[in-house]
Amino acid sequence: MTTAPLYGIATILGMAAVTVLARSFFLYAKREPRIPDALQRALQVAPLAAIVAVVAPEIFISHGHLIDTWRDARVPAAIASTLFYAWRPGVLGPLLAGLAVYLPLRLALGW
Amino acid sequence: MLVFGPGIAAWGLVTGVAMTQSGLGVGLSMLMSITVYAGSAQLASLPLIASGAPMWVIWASALCVNLRFAIFSAQWRTHIGHLPRARRLVLGFLLADLNLVVFQKAWPGGRHETGQARYAAGGAASVWLIWQGTSFAGILLSSLVPLEWGLGFAGTLSMLGIAYSLLVDRGAWVAAVVAAAAAVAAYALPLKLNILVAIAAAVTVGLVMTQAGRAARRMRPGEGSSP
Repeated sequence: MTTAPLYGIATILGMAAVTVLARSFFLYAKREPRIPDALQRALQVAPLAAIVAVVAPEIFISHGHLIDTWRDARVPAAIASTLFYAWRPGVLGPLLAGLAVYLPLRLALGW
Repeated sequence: MLVFGPGIAAWGLVTGVAMTQSGLGVGLSMLMSITVYAGSAQLASLPLIASGAPMWVIWASALCVNLRFAIFSAQWRTHIGHLPRARRLVLGFLLADLNLVVFQKAWPGGRHETGQARYAAGGAASVWLIWQGTSFAGILLSSLVPLEWGLGFAGTLSMLGIAYSLLVDRGAWVAAVVAAAAAVAAYALPLKLNILVAIAAAVTVGLVMTQAGRAARRMRPGEGSSP
């Protein structure tokens, strides 16, 4: 299906406005918002929490439910990635290690 | 910042391919990539746009998926709050999740220091270039990239490495475990609100832990009978 151009443009620009609103929420006002120090410190884990919150379901949820089969390429790939990280911390190494397990299982065995 | 290059590139490519393959067309896909510039919100909107959902539903979904940026903006305020408003807003729009992650590793104090705005701007430019470059590549080459390979999982795996690199102390471990459990448990919530639930849970547990630690320290000298 192809989206009608004008309708699509309006939809997309509205989404852009929403993104601007969220990203600049506490940046717009002239005076700095007063956030208690304890909360400010606690908020430092927010980005880590957000990343984990995106990653965990991608690995452990399939079709809306907790994974219930071991014939799923994602869990072994995540384990390979984790082991590689324990051996050599980084981003590219664990990524390639995970893909090296993921792609054969998925493409050859259809997991 | 460049350590994360491959992960950002994988996400960008997959997002570009997904936009075109969902029927958005090359022009609209490029417009979305440039103006929305929020990968998770873009991916969440595609099935809604393809199924002809009302515009306000799509906007509401983008808002929910992007709400975490409002939380992040409070942290950016500490570091780039001294800039003039126009520059704060432009820089704020360009700062994605990974920018804050990298920034926190480089400036762990949580205080304002000189050079932070320049560091943030450099990070924003790097992520923007990699993301837009690979996203455009995905848009233009969409027919050549087989989505059934599940290449989106490459993005997940790279985020996994990033998450591990952030586990620097006990507080971070607790936050990660709490966030993972909350995100999986609240997965049934619509509009990716489970991400927000996970952030709230992790931050709350962190708050309680620091308060409890402080209370414990305060009680110890008063007890008079330390072991």
